[in-house]
Amino acid sequence: MTALDIEPTQIEQPAAPVATPEFEASNIRQNRRRGLLIALPAYTYLILFFAIPLFIVVLYSFGTRNRFRGTDLANWNLESYRALGDDIVRTVLVRSVTLALITTVICLLVAYPLAYYISTRPPVVRNLMLVLVMIPFWTNFLVRNYAWYVILGTDGPLSRVTETVGIGETRLLFTQTAVVLGLVYGFLPFMVLPLYASIERIDGRLLEASRDLYANGLQSFRKVLLPLSMPGVVAGSILVFIPSLGAYVTPEILGGAKTTLLGSYIVTQFLTASNFPLGAALSTVLMAIMLIATMVYFRKGGRTL
Amino acid sequence: MSNITEPRGATKFLLRANAGLVYAFFYVPIVVLVVFSFSDNRNVGVWGGFTFDWYRDLADSEPTKDALWASVQIAAVSTVVSVVLGTMAALALERFTFRGKKVFDALLYLPVIIPDVTMAVMMLVFFSQAANFFGFSKGFTTVTLSHIAFSISFVSIVVRARLAGTDDTLEEAALDLGATRWQAFRHVTLPVIMPGVVGGGLLALTLSLDDVVITQFVTGSGWTTLPLYVFGLIRRGVTPIINAVSVVMLVASMALVAFSLLAQRIRSHDPV
Repeated sequence: MTALDIEPTQIEQPAAPVATPEFEASNIRQNRRRGLLIALPAYTYLILFFAIPLFIVVLYSFGTRNRFRGTDLANWNLESYRALGDDIVRTVLVRSVTLALITTVICLLVAYPLAYYISTRPPVVRNLMLVLVMIPFWTNFLVRNYAWYVILGTDGPLSRVTETVGIGETRLLFTQTAVVLGLVYGFLPFMVLPLYASIERIDGRLLEASRDLYANGLQSFRKVLLPLSMPGVVAGSILVFIPSLGAYVTPEILGGAKTTLLGSYIVTQFLTASNFPLGAALSTVLMAIMLIATMVYFRKGGRTL
Repeated sequence: MSNITEPRGATKFLLRANAGLVYAFFYVPIVVLVVFSFSDNRNVGVWGGFTFDWYRDLADSEPTKDALWASVQIAAVSTVVSVVLGTMAALALERFTFRGKKVFDALLYLPVIIPDVTMAVMMLVFFSQAANFFGFSKGFTTVTLSHIAFSISFVSIVVRARLAGTDDTLEEAALDLGATRWQAFRHVTLPVIMPGVVGGGLLALTLSLDDVVITQFVTGSGWTTLPLYVFGLIRRGVTPIINAVSVVMLVASMALVAFSLLAQRIRSHDPV
């Protein structure tokens, strides 16, 4: 007789509850209470240190700047939102959206073929290639932008290379090109990873079938590959466009006086100009764009971002 | 697993060329930065012979050491707290249903997608109001509280991904065999989700060590973190010592990634 062959009667059985409907219901109730209890610390934290601050910012955007560089919250009004139409603010907004769009398109054009190429590789190579995309994503953002400062500087390595080749020295630092370059460098992994995730899921036989049915490469890409990978295209674009729009570090380091973007402009409103209501209104707009973009994405059937 | 076959001819060549260029684009700047950190020239981008001077200056620099110490303290506390809260949030969302779950889920997603600047503004305005209320002084408390606020979400996403990949029958089995809820969590659930918890923790650590914008808005005197200190140096005028600090930060980030990948690899071969 082995240890496993003990007679069932020998074990002290706790009175097993009978699965009556009442028991089931109380069990469910108990589980709900337990779930809420486990969620409660993080829930409370996020309400206190995220939801309330968010609400206060929206509140501030309806306030008025007073003579003491403070903000009056009484007599709420839409003045700050009206100020969004001012020339300076409009210039910054248009410039930010343009540069963020250019950044997104460049990332998309570069990342799509890469993501596709990665998904055709054998698993070992594929994992290595993915890790090599993720490492820059994990390394310090400030340092990565600074690297471009070193490269693009006057007499810097890039200038040396172009001089040697005979194009003459390059003066890219403190230009919009430098900012776009820095943004692409910073956010490219955000585009590659979701694109890869959605291309990898595609059944390769569909592509083969389209070719068997006499589609040429371009047709097979446009009618099969691209539509099937659309969730990745949208997710990647949101993940690149939104941080580009709110970028602050990159334009501060690589941009010059004429490259103030939305992020830097908001920072100035708070840290130098003390125009909290305008800064709050701009932040609210930025947040609204973000919310609309993600909601559209989730509505269209996207699951993870 | 994908079974997309590699195209032939010109497309194949273009795809390879593009991949090669992208990886060069990713890594050449890093290599350039490392090389120039050893350059004996006051101009940060000009080669002037090999030297260790900038690293020696760095080791002697009191403000750099203070900034590093501030960063480490803030990152340590914010990581521990956000790992605990984030893991609990992941468990609640993945294993239970409760009232307000959908709102909680959405609230947990927001800090991930919200731009840094917006979050920074939120915390600044909140703490300036809360100062009257709780008597927060700007510094360690405000920076750490802000870092936790964005880290919880990242931890919970990583842990949830891990939880979603494991079924809850193991926990049920443990409960049926007379384990208490805590024992089932401690001896069954936790070992299974450990790679997620470690991964999430390292992500939280990295995010805290990297943050510039939010920290700049909520910090006070004496609590300048390392990236904030470097950012200030860059804006005041670049000196080669920044190259050296940058390389040290780069090596630290890479060590963290390597550690994280290693931890996930070892753990995922566990028999569980």
